[in-house]
Amino acid sequence: MTAPGPGTPVSYDDVKPGTELPQVSYPVTRLSLVKYCGASGDFNVIHWNERIAKSVGLPDVIAHGMFSMAQAGRYVTDWAGSGAVVVDFGVRFSSMVVVPDDDIGATIEVSGVIEEKLDHNRVALALTARSNDTKVLTRARAVVQLPG
Amino acid sequence: MAINREYAGRRFEPSDPYEVSRVKIAEFAHAIGDQNPIYRDRDAAQAAGFRDVVAPPTFAIVISMVGSSVALADPGLGLNYAMVVHGEQRFEYARQLQAGDVVTAQTTIANIRDAGRNTLVSTETEIRTTEGELVCTAYSTIAERGGDA
Repeated sequence: MTAPGPGTPVSYDDVKPGTELPQVSYPVTRLSLVKYCGASGDFNVIHWNERIAKSVGLPDVIAHGMFSMAQAGRYVTDWAGSGAVVVDFGVRFSSMVVVPDDDIGATIEVSGVIEEKLDHNRVALALTARSNDTKVLTRARAVVQLPG
Repeated sequence: MAINREYAGRRFEPSDPYEVSRVKIAEFAHAIGDQNPIYRDRDAAQAAGFRDVVAPPTFAIVISMVGSSVALADPGLGLNYAMVVHGEQRFEYARQLQAGDVVTAQTTIANIRDAGRNTLVSTETEIRTTEGELVCTAYSTIAERGGDA
């Protein structure tokens, strides 16, 4: 499924540990990376220059790890809905998202599971992100404070 | 050039103040493809309980990089940026960044270590308002691939 946008706020009382959340696909193209370079201030050449990326041993231009993390963040905030606040968010970048110079680019597939319920209306989500059937984020975990 | 291990533990000066603007937040939200109105519209943000337009969770990287780039670009550290990939990232938020916040980023190089042929550099960056309120702590590990090879 494509990004749903922010949904109805999730109620803490309705959250059940172990619940799997639907997978969402997020596209990433060369244009995405150019925009992200400008918006983030990270102009590392490996994110926009194929010649230099290949010269330093990469297969092609790769996405910013933070772009993938941002998609996982979107996944969390869209799930939690209006009024929720992310209070802790961490990932390990386990593989690169290679972005070819075509009209399709790459896709980042994010999925999640409710890991545990914490005090103060907080919920921990375990997240996974894949691209080309390879995990690109591991040990990805977000703690969200739900309203109420 | 090898990375200078003597930089482990070094704490850098806080960055110049950075003013979080609605325009920058909207630009960042657009770049990550996030259409959530709380990143663009003050009324929507206030309806969700915020003072002003709020920043997406990973927006904190924009400010933490202002601090960490001072550390990582220090010529004495000897990092080859084209060989750098991001290893790990974590944010602990005391609250969400919002438009109008004026903050500084202060980076400490927490650790420098080898992992196979890579060298890992871990930084810890505190984002505080100019009044001293801690808003977010960003923990980052980058890998310089290949070491001296």
